[in-house]
Amino acid sequence: MSPNNARRYKVDHYTAYRYSEPVMLSHQQLHLAPRQLDYQAIHAHEVVVKPAPTQRRQLTDPFGNPVTEIAIEAAHRSLDIIARSTVSVTERPTIEAAQTPAWETVRDALAYRAAWQPPAALLEATQFLFESPYARVKRILRAYAENCFAPGQPVLSAAVALMAKIHGEFKFDAGATNVTTPVMKFFEQKRGVCQDFTHLMISCLRSTGLAARYVSGYLLTHPAPGKPRRVGADASHAWVALFIPGEGWVDLDPTNNLRPALEHVTVSWGRDFSDVTPLRGVINGGGEQTLEVKVTVEPI
Amino acid sequence: MADAKTFMNYQLNPDRYDEVFEAEGRPRRHWTRLAQAARRTGRTALSRRARTIRRAVEQDGVTYNIYGDPKGTDRPWEVDLLPFVISSEEWQFLSRAVAQRARLLNLLLADLYGANRLLADGLIPPAIIHGHHNYLWPCRGIEPPAGRFLHLYACDLARSPDGRWWVIGDRTQGPSGAGYAVQNRLIVTPQYEDIFRALGVQRLANFFRTLQQQLAALAPSNGEAPLVALLTPGPYNETYFEQVFLARYLGFPLVEGSDLTVRDNRVYLKTLQGLKRVHALLRRLDDEYCDPAALRTDSTLGVAGLISAARAGNVLIANALGSGVLESPALLGFLPAICQKLLGEPLALPSVATWWCGETPALKHVIDHLPELVIKPAFASMKLEPTFGHSLDSAGRTALAARLRATPHAFVAQERVRLSQAPAWSEENQQFEPRVVGLRVYATANGDSYDVMPGGLARVAPESAVEVITMQRGGSSKDVWVLGDGSTPWQSLLVPRLGAHNIVRGGFYSPSRAVENLFWMGRYAERIENIGRLLRSVGQRLTESDPAHLATLKVLTILSDKARLREPIANTAVSATRKKSPPDLGPNWLITAVADPKAANGIPATTARLQSCATQLRARMSLDHWRTVQRLAHVHEQSSPTLEASLAILDRVIPVSTALAGYTFDDMTRDAAWRFLVIGRLLERMAFLSSAIIQVVGLAHEDCDAVLGALLEIGNVSMTYRVRYQRHPELLPVLDLMVLDESNPHSVCFQLAALGNHLQQLNSQLDFWPVNDPASILQALRGFDLAAFEDIQVPQGEPLAALLAACERYAYGLSDELTQRFFVHAGERSQTSVAA
Repeated sequence: MSPNNARRYKVDHYTAYRYSEPVMLSHQQLHLAPRQLDYQAIHAHEVVVKPAPTQRRQLTDPFGNPVTEIAIEAAHRSLDIIARSTVSVTERPTIEAAQTPAWETVRDALAYRAAWQPPAALLEATQFLFESPYARVKRILRAYAENCFAPGQPVLSAAVALMAKIHGEFKFDAGATNVTTPVMKFFEQKRGVCQDFTHLMISCLRSTGLAARYVSGYLLTHPAPGKPRRVGADASHAWVALFIPGEGWVDLDPTNNLRPALEHVTVSWGRDFSDVTPLRGVINGGGEQTLEVKVTVEPI
Repeated sequence: MADAKTFMNYQLNPDRYDEVFEAEGRPRRHWTRLAQAARRTGRTALSRRARTIRRAVEQDGVTYNIYGDPKGTDRPWEVDLLPFVISSEEWQFLSRAVAQRARLLNLLLADLYGANRLLADGLIPPAIIHGHHNYLWPCRGIEPPAGRFLHLYACDLARSPDGRWWVIGDRTQGPSGAGYAVQNRLIVTPQYEDIFRALGVQRLANFFRTLQQQLAALAPSNGEAPLVALLTPGPYNETYFEQVFLARYLGFPLVEGSDLTVRDNRVYLKTLQGLKRVHALLRRLDDEYCDPAALRTDSTLGVAGLISAARAGNVLIANALGSGVLESPALLGFLPAICQKLLGEPLALPSVATWWCGETPALKHVIDHLPELVIKPAFASMKLEPTFGHSLDSAGRTALAARLRATPHAFVAQERVRLSQAPAWSEENQQFEPRVVGLRVYATANGDSYDVMPGGLARVAPESAVEVITMQRGGSSKDVWVLGDGSTPWQSLLVPRLGAHNIVRGGFYSPSRAVENLFWMGRYAERIENIGRLLRSVGQRLTESDPAHLATLKVLTILSDKARLREPIANTAVSATRKKSPPDLGPNWLITAVADPKAANGIPATTARLQSCATQLRARMSLDHWRTVQRLAHVHEQSSPTLEASLAILDRVIPVSTALAGYTFDDMTRDAAWRFLVIGRLLERMAFLSSAIIQVVGLAHEDCDAVLGALLEIGNVSMTYRVRYQRHPELLPVLDLMVLDESNPHSVCFQLAALGNHLQQLNSQLDFWPVNDPASILQALRGFDLAAFEDIQVPQGEPLAALLAACERYAYGLSDELTQRFFVHAGERSQTSVAA
């Protein structure tokens, strides 16, 4: 891995709430800080909140993600949160899909049995093995994935095949779903956004007995040839990570049918969207609220 | 010698353990005394006793909501006349075993949310924890005060045919039923005073004192007097009555999530007197609803920021958030090994044989033995009913097996336990009949150990054939008597009594939400009375269809419009096309306003608002008061859409709503909160009277006289007027009576004077004084010279109309001011938001 391959990005993630009535009290939880990783360095990161929070705390969540919690105790009619990060992404170790263990071996390694004393990495992977608020474990999903998981198939080859299948059969449609759409609804209507693609693939993998987690982050988009990059035209992104004993976690992006490399910026991971929601909160008052989100990923 | 036959046709069952009788029909030793007494009592007296108990339940208003329907009638709690008796030897074993289990589960929680050794050691399958919705990830790493996760624990026990006790379930979040156990004791004991004392039955009070003292002692109060509150999911919860009772019994304020707020990582109660710090919460709200900022975003039942406050060590939560993870039956089979590991001793009380299907050999065993087993979901969130293998045909078993194989970790199988039986009185058949029973016992933390309540809740199946005991499906209960061992017969006297602040706290702070509901209860109750009288006056004149009533009907119609009683019902089809329906001059609008819940400001809709306030105030109202509100809510049901039927309804509505005024003044504690109820009534009445009288003083002389009779009716002073003047109503005396006469509780000046008094009281209690003093308007009215109305040729209405308009404005202004000052922080709805 050569540092010459490093790519540097400036990411701006702007969130704006406008309220028709004053908000008297606001509690917000922010998953906006990119993680420090072997293949990702954070050079600068700041979160600016207007109005200024009464309380502000930095924590680490149970999945190791940095979290900011804020409380605003003074009346306000708008909330602006700007997260600015400078990160560089380097190449990850190459993993040959065909060289990975058979998927059944991985499944059985994760399964509990009497007198099992799981190594730490396996035990940690079991956090991502079962149902979670947005991910389901169902027979119908295992059946859907079944033709990708032929007996003896290397686990990563099978997962890549599943990724291609989902990408081929489901359509990206920003208007078809919202942040609370259940995965089974997406499964039926076959249209949705990256969050839905990711939840479906995670659900299929877990239904097959494999550990899969939800990764939230950003994706560098490419402006049309000859057109300048439009500021704020992007959105936050999400993809899947699959656990392979010995290798660790391997990223897969079912929305784009590719294995993330130098154009994905990792922010947080968890069991599903509910663990790593970029911004979630509870407000008192506020009346009607409108929300605007703008994301810009700029190579520098 | 008493035997089973003296219990009339009571049948022993060779397949079940009988709690009272040995196989030969002799009563067990610890039952001799009660069995003899029951034999001597005889059928008639037993039946009388059953009815006395039933009446006591009704008088105390003990209820259990089966369907949680706010409109449905609460189901009366059922308690059998015969207690459930446990000998002191057996209790020594049981209480020690249950205390051990509580200690074990507390350590287990500490491990699961802390070091996590048990998963790494393979003593618990990860699926049972990581696959459980009630394992709250945000609570990892939180250390509760003194390391105590479990404060109040309940254990469901069953006795197999050989007489052994088995644990069939653990309740670790906010166990219900301890309050019902006390209620049962209070209701049943008076029937047996001599025997109760002679047997030295152990008392329950110490248990609750320990709970109070523990919470107060461990609450992080930094030297302040600790304020402990009981957090309820609200009046629609099935055991809301019990929560109201427990809150009173323990002296804790009963609060909902919206009564609390987290500021600077500390929990506060919103009260009339401002924010008051809460140091500990005894919760009955389920884990995942407790903090919408960190847990489920689809509910705002909880308190945003509660987890952060707990993490910062600023509030004790009993039981700790996330403790519901232990309620999975999948854990039962792993407890013996966990007990060895954590306590270094064997588990004293076995759990019913349970196989978690996530282990391959267990799955195979379960599939091979389906007919003998009960299949249950491993996690309550799956909302699946238990399936009895023996009740399935072979196709059903095949389907079930396929389901188990697909998601084995989500299922457990349990051996079918043949539960024990005990006699329960059947009022219908006038005899004791065998019923399946289960026992729920409670433990509370005491220092490093646990005290077990010497008693509990015996749950009784509703019918002889029923094997599953849940209160949700109906069923009865028994008071549980633990016989004394003679060593400490009057334990309750040995413990120091509560400190004064523990008792006073509960009533001292009124949550703002409760006060707001009181205020609106006052306004709605008064409004129903007002519009009831108005509608009746209209209706009576419509039936007579006398042209002489025309002028009156015109005025009454204007008043009805002001009260927005004649607005057409919003019909989606009509409003979508924005068609304007022609004004309705016939009786139809009146029939609608009286009986149609869809009329936005009619009697049923206003009653529904009143009822909704009352539901929130259940804990402050007497049973009769509550029932009167319920009666009002049902008055308009089953009526035909005729004018006559509507008038009949009004004739029922008016006295019932007047009765509510009686409860207001004679049935409620006169604290600061109560003044808001009265002020709500006074200002509603003042606004209504003023607006009605304004219409009349502006009329030409000849019309005016015709309308005065109706004005007296809607002001409820016809009688007073007749007694005083014994002649047709005339403007001057009517105005004196309805505006100026401060001895008439239906006059404008009376309302102003009374408002002044109540505001003075509020001022001294809460340091509040409205921008405008009612005394200044009162002064102006007192100075008004009615002689101006003597000269009938000169219309003199205007100055008086202006004063009355000022009264009406004052009423609404005061309402807004009170809302701004006292309710705004309670009334703001909270909402969740998510952005990606």
